[in-house]
Formats: sequence, structure tokens, C-alpha cells
Amino acid sequence: MSHSEHQSFWQKYIFSVDHKVIGCQYALTGLVFLFFGFCLMMLMRWQLAFPGEPLPVIGGLFSDTTMPGGVMLPEFYNSLGAMHGTIMVFLGVVPLAVGGFGNYLVPLQIGAPDMAFPKLNAASYWCYFVGGVVMFASFFVPGGAANSGWTSYPPLSDIATMGQTFWLFGMVALITSSLLGSVNFIVTIVHLRARGLSFFRLPFFVWAQFVTSFLLLLAFPPLEVAGVLQLMDRLAGSSFFLPSGLVISGTPLGVSGGGSPLLWQHLFWFLAHPEVYVLILPAIGIVTEIIVNNTRKPLYGYKTMVYSVLFLGFMSFVVWAHHMFMTGMGTTMSNFFQATTMIISIPSVVILTVLILTLWGGSIRFTVPMHFALAFLPMFAIGGLTGLPLGLTASDIPLHDTYYVIGHFHYVVAPGTLLALFGGVYYWYPKVTGRMMNEKLGKIHFWGSFLCLNGIFMPMFIQGLAGVSRRLYMPTVYAHAEAVQGTNVFMSYSAWILGLVQLIFIFNFFRSLKKGKKVESDNPWQATTLEWATPTPPPHGNFLQEPEVYRGPYEYSPPGRTEDFWPQNEEK
Amino acid sequence: MTGMTNSKLGIWLFLASEVMLFGALFSTYILLRTGAESWPHGSSLLNVPLATLNTMILITSSVTMVMAWASLMMNRFGRYRLYMGLTVLLALGFLVVKGFEYGMKLEHHITPATSTFYAIYFTMTGLHGLHVLGGILVNGYFLFPGSRLWKTNPKQFTGRVEAAGLYWHFVDLVWIFLFPVLYLL
Ligand code: HEM
Ligand SMILES: [Cu+2]
Repeated sequence: MSHSEHQSFWQKYIFSVDHKVIGCQYALTGLVFLFFGFCLMMLMRWQLAFPGEPLPVIGGLFSDTTMPGGVMLPEFYNSLGAMHGTIMVFLGVVPLAVGGFGNYLVPLQIGAPDMAFPKLNAASYWCYFVGGVVMFASFFVPGGAANSGWTSYPPLSDIATMGQTFWLFGMVALITSSLLGSVNFIVTIVHLRARGLSFFRLPFFVWAQFVTSFLLLLAFPPLEVAGVLQLMDRLAGSSFFLPSGLVISGTPLGVSGGGSPLLWQHLFWFLAHPEVYVLILPAIGIVTEIIVNNTRKPLYGYKTMVYSVLFLGFMSFVVWAHHMFMTGMGTTMSNFFQATTMIISIPSVVILTVLILTLWGGSIRFTVPMHFALAFLPMFAIGGLTGLPLGLTASDIPLHDTYYVIGHFHYVVAPGTLLALFGGVYYWYPKVTGRMMNEKLGKIHFWGSFLCLNGIFMPMFIQGLAGVSRRLYMPTVYAHAEAVQGTNVFMSYSAWILGLVQLIFIFNFFRSLKKGKKVESDNPWQATTLEWATPTPPPHGNFLQEPEVYRGPYEYSPPGRTEDFWPQNEEK
Repeated sequence: MTGMTNSKLGIWLFLASEVMLFGALFSTYILLRTGAESWPHGSSLLNVPLATLNTMILITSSVTMVMAWASLMMNRFGRYRLYMGLTVLLALGFLVVKGFEYGMKLEHHITPATSTFYAIYFTMTGLHGLHVLGGILVNGYFLFPGSRLWKTNPKQFTGRVEAAGLYWHFVDLVWIFLFPVLYLL
């Protein structure tokens, strides 16, 4: 069956080249980083709810350069914000969604024995790991971690402390990792599909990963260039991002001049807008799989979904400057970016509509994964709809850099993407481990997360409309922010309760490894796609014999069959 | 499914991302240059004859690279060794010339901190130089330890050399853009 039995522990679990092991490594590391990022956020939420008050108990553990007497210093607050954003996006969600789910599932769903380049796959995980460690180590260098926001805007980031250099090196490692990963995914999907598995028979999750890989492949290099240029500025004395005539604390800055801070914004957002879809597309893929499986009906418009996601991927490269309406661009430019932004919202609406129409008339099974998938729909919708005002200059100019923006993108990535990813964990857990996660605990986890997430992010819209800036350290010293300070307290309690709720998830996750209900078959959800046609858990090499595919991915309740599902690989 | 091998498709995808990388660099150059009050003529600051020599060297090395691959196609391993060796040597020659150029600048205390022109000059040629170095490592690998594969699986080995060649032509091509943009315009 496999030769993995006589491999040592290190070969089997640490330096494995099996895509499933690497997927699990990615997923677990990603979850750990999510938790780190979450802890940073909880610290920030203390400062925002009770500005300037010493943090009880935990505050004493920090050094005097960050929290003397338990009171958070402004620089440390800024580091928390910058690192929270960076860690969540680049070290948490993407590695979990693409590295974890993608690596584990794509070869299985296309009937392949492994990725096209298994060694490259391992290399990309270790690049990510190194990048993560470098990022995290920066908290311990003099001056602390990067503190110019997760966007690292110059000129501030050019002259910031050493942590910023670590940030840049970390990013270069992460970019290398995702470059290797995306080449691997694309070659795998193009070349290793099982016999009969044409492109239009691919599960939608694979399509989502396919488009995501192209985004990673083509959007990250400009950020790499930006990172290199910023390193040059910081280490070699160039001034790509520093204009002439800067004065810092009364002394003119000796730079060669002629640089442009806006250049950074262009290079950064050329990556970071597509990055938004890197976060959301795998989530949509997961939600689609779960919803179709639990409604026991075919996807309402498979091809519509595929064309939408292709269009979305393409368009995501032309809208980046909608993050830059405040930079004084001319009307022609801003008209172009407003128009394309409105256009790019169309495929998202189409995708949501297809998923909702799929629910129509289905006999829905309310499993735990289905709870998460259903909740994704309205959360993603709120995130998307609140984005529209940000795509129009008239409303973006007052809203820009207020908490409204934070609310908007968190609805997409936290109540949206994170719920989907959790749903995915519950859904594929039995495939990976052979056991189910506890349903009751799962539902508590779901309801707790769902309510708390909204408790955190809904008030952000109120704060934003009240004009509260997104990077205020001490909200209570501004009259307009003081008026909505009550919401800060409410949000912080929601955030801490959310933290407690996640402990239930962690408990359930590890307990179920040993004590979870054993699955009766390899296909406990009665699903149609190929990953369920393998033994549970799948051995090295995945399939006992090469699978062959006879039909599309979502043949549920086909007429004239006794069973209500028809797996892709079953001949009759 | 595309009629290509995995490694060939892989290298094409990698090159696509490289196009985005150098595309972003060239865009940076254009943005900085159009935004500057004045911009020097590269020919008055940089050593055009040396760069011309280097251009010839790189183009020649692309030719020898093709010959190396063609020799494998014709089953002549000895000829392959010769041409691949030449390719690596030429690439090293390019770096040596580049090193002289850099050295002359540094002697006059000209660094990336001197002006934005020099900053972009050093960055672009530096990154390109790193790519050349990468090419030397890859080709050097296929010249010595990697060539063992020829005995067991000549077809796969030829495929790998072809992929390395694609990369090498790309590095060459980037220089062909860099040369006029930095030195002549
Ligand atoms: C789940 C609970 C989360 C909470 C309570 C939370 C809370 C916050 C807070 C309070 C800020 C600071 C806003 C400011 O700068 O004033 C922030 C910023 C940010 N968060 Fe989150 N966050 C969460 C999850 C996530 C996730 C999952 C992601 C990404 C996938 C994320 C990405 C970011 C980014 C990019 C920023 C911007 C940082 C900056 O620009 O300074 N967050 N978040
Ligand atoms: Cu955007």
C-alpha cells in the first residue's frame, strides 16, 4: 500500500513530501499564527476599551519598553496593530486557506497521487515557516516590531526602527513561499487530473484554488520589488520612497531625494487588492462544497460560478488604486478606478446569488459545517455591500482610514472567511482523521463565534461613521470619539468572549482525535467528489487504484437512482 | 494535458511571475523618471563600452545554451559538456565585467545613496546580477553533478536543460531591455 510505514518520525511528519502532511503542517501553523494574531488584537482591545489603564495580571509580564507598569505605550500599540494585520493576513488566513486546505484537498479532488513537485511543496512550507519566525522574532529586537501598519507606508516605514527590516525580510520569505506554491498548484491542476476529469468537471473548490494561484503568482512580485526597494532605502541609503525636503523633529533628513511615497502605495496595492481575493476565494470554494453537499441538490449554476470567478480574478488586477482615492489623483484616473470597482462587485453578487439559489427547495441538513457555510453568506454580503461606498470617491473620502474601513474588510475576512475556514475544518476533519468532531461543542463554537464576531465588527461601522480614525491610540481624548466610546467597551468584551469560545474549538479539535465518533464509511457525508473515494485517512499516494471520472462534481438527487448522490468516479 | 512536461510548464509559470517582477521594476523606473525634475543621460554617467561588451557576452551565452541543448537532442554528450561549460564561463565573464563597473563607481564614492538615478541603476542591475548568479548555479549543477541523470534518463535530463535554457534566455532578455533603458536613454 505504501512505504510510509518504515519511515522515521522525522521523515513522516516533519520533512515529509506528502501533500497531505504538508497540508496539515500548513493548517496547524496557520491556526497557531491566527491565535497569535488574535492575542495581539485582544491586547489592542484592552487599550481601546480602557485607554491608559494598567492591564491586570498579564500586563506585568511585559517589559518596561512596551508596557511599563502594565500600561501600554503608543509605540507598542502601533506594533500590535501592524503585526496583527500582517500576521492575520499573511501568516494566518492565506497559509490556512491555500497552504492547508489547498494542499490537502486539491490533489485528492482531482484524483492525483500528490502535487506535481512534492519537494518544492515542502520547500514552500519551510519558506513560510522561516518567514513567520522572522516576523515574530521582530518583537524582540530593539525598538520592537514593525509599527507602520500592515501596509508599511513610507516615509514612516523608511525611517522606522529595526523591526521594519525584519518585516521586510519576513515578507520576502513569504513571497518566495507563495510563488513556489502557486507554480505547484497550477501545474498540478493542469497536468495531474484523473482520466475523465475535464476542467468543467472540477469541483468548484479546485477552480477557486486555481484562480487564487494565478493571483499569487502574478500579484506578489510587485510587492517583492517594493520590499527590495524599501530595503535599499533602509540599508543602502537610497530614497525611492522619500521625497526631498523631509524634516523630522526639526532636522532636515539627509536623503538623496526625488523619491515618491506614492510609488510604494501603487506597488503595495497592486498586490494587496488581489490578495483580498486570495483570502476570500478559497473560502467561497469551501462554502460551495459544503452547501451543495448539505442541500443534496446540484449547484444551481456551475458554469456561471466558474466564469464569475475567472472574471473576478482578471478584474482584481485593475482596481488597486481604489485604495488611493485620497492621494490626489486626477478625475480621469479616479473615474476609471471607480468604474472598475463597481464592475468587479458584479461577479461577487453573482456567486452569492448562485449559492442562495442552490438553497432553494433543497432538503437542507443542518450539520455543523452547514451552520458555518450558511452564516458565511450574509456576513460576506455585509462585507461586500459596505465596500461599495468605499469604491466611490464621494463617500470614500470621509470614510477612508476610519473604523468603517476596518469594519468593512473584517466582515469579509473574519465573520466571512474565518467562518468558512472553520466550516471546512469540521467538514473535512473525518477525512483527515477518521473521526467526527463533537457536534454539540461544534454548535456552541459556531453560535458563540457568530454572535461575538458581529458584536465586534458591527459597531465599527458606527464608529467609522462618527469619524473615529482607525489608528487612534487614545480614543478618549477626542470629543467626537468620546461620544462612541461605549461601543469600544462592548466590542472588547465581545472580543474576549470570542477568545474563550475558541478554547472550546481547540478542546474539541484535540479531544476528537482520540475520542471522536469513528466514521462508518469513507464517505460519511455522502459526498460526490473524489476526495471521499480514498481510504480514510488517505495513505501516501492517495488512491488505491487510479480513479476515473464519469460526470460532473455535484450529481445530487439524480433522477432514477435509489441513492441521492452519484459519486464522480462511479460508473453506474 | 498541455503536451508539456511538468517542469516546462512550471518554468513558464515562474517566468510569468518574473515578468511581473521586472515589469514592476521598469514601471518604477518610468514613474521615478517622469516624476523627477531632471534626469541624467545614462550615457554620460555609465560606462557604455563595458555594457556593450557585456551585452555581447550574454547574447553569445544564449547561443551556446541553445547549442548545449541541441547537442543533447543529437545525443552528443561531449559537445553538450563543451557548450554548457562555455555558457557558464560567459556568465561568469559577465559578472566579472559587472564587478569592474561596480568597482569603478564605488571607487568614486558613487553608491545607491548618491542619487535616485544611481539607486535604480544599482537595484536593477543588482537584481539582474543575482539572476545571472542563479543561472550560473543552475547551469553549473547541470554541468557536473546533475548530468548523472543523462545515463539513467536522457529524456528527462534534456527536458531539464531545456527548462534551464528558457530561464537563461529570459535573463538575457531582461538585460536587453536594461541596457538601453539605463545606459542609452
Ligand atoms: C477575529 C477577530 C479580529 C478582531 C477582533 C480584529 C480586530 C482588529 C483591530 C482592533 C484592528 C486595529 C484597527 C486599527 O488599526 O485601529 C485590526 C486591524 C486589522 N486586522 Fe483585524 N481583527 C480580527 C481578525 C482579523 C483577521 C482574520 C484578519 C485578516 C485575515 C485581520 C486583518 C486585519 C488587518 C489587515 C488590519 C489592519 C491593520 C492596520 O492597517 O493597521 N483581522 N483588527
Ligand atoms: Cu481593493
